[in-house]
Amino acid sequence: MSATENIPRLTRMGRFLRDYPIIPLIILLICLIATLEFLRPGIVNERWIGNTIKFAIPLAMLAACQTLTMLTGGIDLSASVAATISAFVMATQVPIVGAPLAICIGLVPAILIGLVNGFGVAACRVHPLIMTLGTGLIATGCLQVYQRFVIASGSVVPEGLAWLGTGRTWGMPNALLVFVPFAVLIIWAQRRTGFGRLLYALGSNETAARISGVRSWQVYLALYALSGLIAGVAGLIYVGLIKAPSLSLVNPLLLPSVAAAVIGGTSIFGGRGGYAGTIVGALILTVLGTLLTLMQIPEGARRIFFGLIILAVTTVYIKLTDQS
Amino acid sequence: MTRLFGKHGWVIGLAALLALLFLFTRLIQPGFGASGLDSLARATLPFAFATAAMAVVVIAGGIDLSVASMMAVAGVTAAVLMDGAGTGFSVFAVVLVLGLGLVMGAINGALIVVTKVPDIVVTLAMLFVWEGTALLILNAPGGAAAPWLRNIVVGSVIFPWLPKAFVVLLICLAVVWVPLRRSKLGLSIYAIGSNELAAYRSGVAIGRTRIAAYALCGLFAAMGGLALTSATGIGEPIPGPYLMASVAAVVLGGVVLGGGRGALLGPIVAVFILRLVRMDLTLLSVDPNITTIVEGSIMVAVVMLGGILAARARS
Repeated sequence: MSATENIPRLTRMGRFLRDYPIIPLIILLICLIATLEFLRPGIVNERWIGNTIKFAIPLAMLAACQTLTMLTGGIDLSASVAATISAFVMATQVPIVGAPLAICIGLVPAILIGLVNGFGVAACRVHPLIMTLGTGLIATGCLQVYQRFVIASGSVVPEGLAWLGTGRTWGMPNALLVFVPFAVLIIWAQRRTGFGRLLYALGSNETAARISGVRSWQVYLALYALSGLIAGVAGLIYVGLIKAPSLSLVNPLLLPSVAAAVIGGTSIFGGRGGYAGTIVGALILTVLGTLLTLMQIPEGARRIFFGLIILAVTTVYIKLTDQS
Repeated sequence: MTRLFGKHGWVIGLAALLALLFLFTRLIQPGFGASGLDSLARATLPFAFATAAMAVVVIAGGIDLSVASMMAVAGVTAAVLMDGAGTGFSVFAVVLVLGLGLVMGAINGALIVVTKVPDIVVTLAMLFVWEGTALLILNAPGGAAAPWLRNIVVGSVIFPWLPKAFVVLLICLAVVWVPLRRSKLGLSIYAIGSNELAAYRSGVAIGRTRIAAYALCGLFAAMGGLALTSATGIGEPIPGPYLMASVAAVVLGGVVLGGGRGALLGPIVAVFILRLVRMDLTLLSVDPNITTIVEGSIMVAVVMLGGILAARARS
């Protein structure tokens, strides 16, 4: 016991935060909301909270792709393209084959992108950053070619998705119906299932994991296919929210999704972090966006603040938890 | 000879591929000549500078996601300064923009060294910062490029088939890269990319070298921004597709992600290959969207092949 008392207070706080990384994030989130309420008294009400959650959900789902791949030391830069494709394909197929089948068709290309990523990363040992960048590029081209063939049929966002994306029940957005089970499943899977533990193992030390008998290629293939699927679902929910499918629908969310995962305490080098932090990270980014819009500063300055805050939060976080 | 081939095999292969592509271009477009080369060189110029910028940091074992945004800042700064300015002042403006590039790059590097945050995250954050800076300098496309800056890249020099833009590119890169490669700093950049711990124990100042590498990246990005402004005649605050393209060319050019291997020549040949493929497909009147697919597929196929070859070599 005497040993613990000699440890400086800051280190002890750092250790506490390392064990519970989500607490400082929640404090930051509350501080941001308090600032918002201070600047515009009365803005924080039930309606605003519902709206914030509504816009944070697609971002948080896209950030799930980044979190899971980052756990193994990877990244998925094709997630936004996969989401856009499944949203666009779904919306353009609805007039032809009807909503339920269109949703299934829409998810196919997203999973395909994921499988190609997985194949490249697992079998060819390509760096995930390059691989997903490349497949994202190819997929964007394919989407543009596809658009030529369906330009006549028009696009429809099914009512079910619009209800899910924009509707609310008892003040809370309906998208939570999908998101809450999804988040519980991911958090449960990363902590309690073999697959989740394999992700951490591969991210911490791939060679060690391999020598211990992990078939890494199977894990990577499954991981990136799963990431593609999650991105596809995120795209469907996002198009239900925006209601206007376009060729660059989800692309603006790509870098924020990486930022959400990083702010949430997931190490980009793998083996450390989790999805709970990412959800808070996505909420922080959404509230930050509102805050910067409310302060009515020009678009340029907003982006500068956004970048600097991402940097500041990660720096403080790394300093406190002593990750380096 | 075999040793030379072994050491530069990748670049020689790329050069052969480029030659084949030129032959192919000649086949599908018998009239392809001086003017074709000129437009190719001019279209490649900003991409080539972006690639050089990325190559330097990748060799040093990092990555810079903010290259395209820094190019935008340099481009709009040049366009704003040169708008209505005389020749004398516009020369000063070019020097100022190059200095600005060095400073932006050095800021990126210093932040990475000081905060100890992974380089991907820092440059991702700085991507937003530089993008915002460009928007603050110029809210919408505007400004102007000095006439001499526009003339410097149009037309040919010495021989009718030697485009000025190509010569400008070679001179700009050579002036920076050749002395650097021979200097202590150049060696240090390769050293920290190859093995940081070993470099540290051999007495390389890791932090300073990393900042220098990022500053060089900023310098090349500023050149890219100037090339962009001189090509379009205006400043464009929204970054172009240079981030993806530069990473693709760097990887295709034989620079290993993770650092320590490769040089500038390979990526520059690679960037010409990628641009020529795009031009050929346009000449064949292929849908430009299919061109994007082909480009992406080439990039993915090359890195996959490279990955398999590397795995073979290890085992």
